[in-house]
Amino acid sequence: MVSMTTLDASARDRIDSIVAANAARPGPLLEVLHEVQREFGYVPPAAIPQIARGLNLSRAEVHGVVSFYHHFRSTPPGHHRLQICRAESCQAMQGDALAAHAEQRLGVRFGETTTDGRCTLEAVYCLGNCACSPAILLDDEPHGRVTPERLDELLTSCAVGGAAGGHG
Amino acid sequence: MSTRVYVPGDSGALSLGAEAVARGIAAEAAQRGLDVTIVRNGSRGLYWLEPMVEVEIGDTRVAYGPVATRDLAGLFDAGFLQGGGHPLAHGPTAQIPWLARQQRLTCARVGVIDPADVADYERCEGFAGLRRALGMSPQEIVREVADSGLRGRGGAAFPTGTKWRTVLEQVAPQKFIACNADEGDSGTFADRMLMEGDPLSLIEGMTIAGFAVGATRGYIYLRVEYPHAHRLLTAAITSARTAGYLGSNILGSGRDFDLEVRVGAGAYICGEETSMLESLEGRRGEVRVRPPLPAVKGLFGMPTVVNNVVSLATVPVILARGAAFYRDYGVGQSRGTLPVQLAGNLRRGGLVELAFGPSLRELLYDFGGGSASGRPLRAVQVGGPLGAYLPESQFDTAVDYEALAGIGALLGHGGVVAFDDTVDMARMARFAMQFCAHESCGKCTPCRIGSTRGTELIDRIILGQDREHNLGTLVDLCETLQHGSLCGLGGMTPFPVRSALQHFPEDFGAARAH
Repeated sequence: MVSMTTLDASARDRIDSIVAANAARPGPLLEVLHEVQREFGYVPPAAIPQIARGLNLSRAEVHGVVSFYHHFRSTPPGHHRLQICRAESCQAMQGDALAAHAEQRLGVRFGETTTDGRCTLEAVYCLGNCACSPAILLDDEPHGRVTPERLDELLTSCAVGGAAGGHG
Repeated sequence: MSTRVYVPGDSGALSLGAEAVARGIAAEAAQRGLDVTIVRNGSRGLYWLEPMVEVEIGDTRVAYGPVATRDLAGLFDAGFLQGGGHPLAHGPTAQIPWLARQQRLTCARVGVIDPADVADYERCEGFAGLRRALGMSPQEIVREVADSGLRGRGGAAFPTGTKWRTVLEQVAPQKFIACNADEGDSGTFADRMLMEGDPLSLIEGMTIAGFAVGATRGYIYLRVEYPHAHRLLTAAITSARTAGYLGSNILGSGRDFDLEVRVGAGAYICGEETSMLESLEGRRGEVRVRPPLPAVKGLFGMPTVVNNVVSLATVPVILARGAAFYRDYGVGQSRGTLPVQLAGNLRRGGLVELAFGPSLRELLYDFGGGSASGRPLRAVQVGGPLGAYLPESQFDTAVDYEALAGIGALLGHGGVVAFDDTVDMARMARFAMQFCAHESCGKCTPCRIGSTRGTELIDRIILGQDREHNLGTLVDLCETLQHGSLCGLGGMTPFPVRSALQHFPEDFGAARAH
């Protein structure tokens, strides 16, 4: 189990092995953080001292990197991850309306997770799918020319309820 | 005999349902007892026809698109495996006018070949440039690239040969080739298409760069938003290594070069070269003060070539066909071809590679087909979030480095984002400042503070509060950002802001003030 403040023995072992596998590579910190986030879904703050020790860095250096990059999370994500592009090309194709619809449907703002833990809503700035705007990634799978109706279908297909739907 | 059917695995095509189409074709063929081989190629860049399915008949590929799973039974009934007629048929792919009018040099193989298949790549002139480079001295390779007139396609347009020469002249125990694949500009996707559709051309280009400057190690800094490109690049690196094109003693030449992919973490600033180097070293992506240039003191303090994906993927054709061949395309100081990316509110968005020099109007209307919404086009942003907004009166500007610079705009990485007449340009100017605030690395004050103050100023202007005073302050702030920032993020954010103010004053309440 991973909590915000402490790690259990198996989590500590897992982090140690990730650090050990990467320590000899040049400039390994981002690689380590990516692997930790793949493993736990986020970078547990309690893992930072351990990563710092393992790579001979200060805690401040590791924390500074985690907090600098938008991709790294310090809190657990929802079961599903919806990333909506907010950049210019998607804005030119009613991306703002799509974004507003997503916030309303999920009942969260960008950067938040639904109260049932089913879905995290994130803003991204360009998915490189600008000839098919507006573009989203749902659990790393790309979808293009997404209308609010299409977004509803996609969310329903992965059992993400609506904010007003009284989901349990 | 098995019929070859191409269904793109490009993430743009996947975003429109290509995976289900590929599975559906396999299932339908099996059910009908037909023998098909499905190839997952890249995209040809005709995104309004994606998923575009191609059937190989003899030497010709014929196109059908956009194909949805519900069309499959009808396509089989119409005999599409023999090129049969169908409402979705477009005839031979190479003769589709949108494609036939292009001059594809850098992206010649994208959408054509099986991306990670070395044999397929070799059949299409792949590794011909590398083989020629093996017989040349480093100085000769650098001269060839310099003579081609190639300039950095990432946006800075610095002459590639000059950069390589600087690295070649350094004496150091290790040198690096660092490929900038952090394609963050909205409206751009040429890097992604190359990495997903023809990753071996990037690998070949980087290897040639290594031979040219004496580097044996390369890094591709890939943005985390491109998981499919990551998968295809990794597969291509493995095939190149297996075939002896990467690693030690390449093709028995005694020369070594190997590379690895490093994944970014969602920071636009890491597309700036020194910030990218910091990130590759595992640190916060804070911009470095120059000098020293990365060519002198770059990755891990060693001389480093930092080039964009498109620049590096263009090197193989320059070496294979010679500098003169490439230089003969283009105009003035803009030599060769540019993969333009048509995006935003256009009917026919996608990749258009042409020699430098077509007008914006030609791209927007002849290729782009005008707006997707059917409304008049009002503004286009050329060159990403730091590029200027151009009004209709400037649509006749030629797309080359000098012509765009001449009207206070920039070409950047070649992205063109079109907006129809519903766009609110004050909001777009505000977005430019807000984006700068969101993505600022925080190292220099004009960018870190100025971007937030700029957002607030535009908010007040939009609300009509003390308009003249706030406009004056905004113009001053743009001056400070442009001249006082350490890098292009703060330094170029004034381009979209000022161009919006200049060309669309009515959106900032100009009429109200009179």
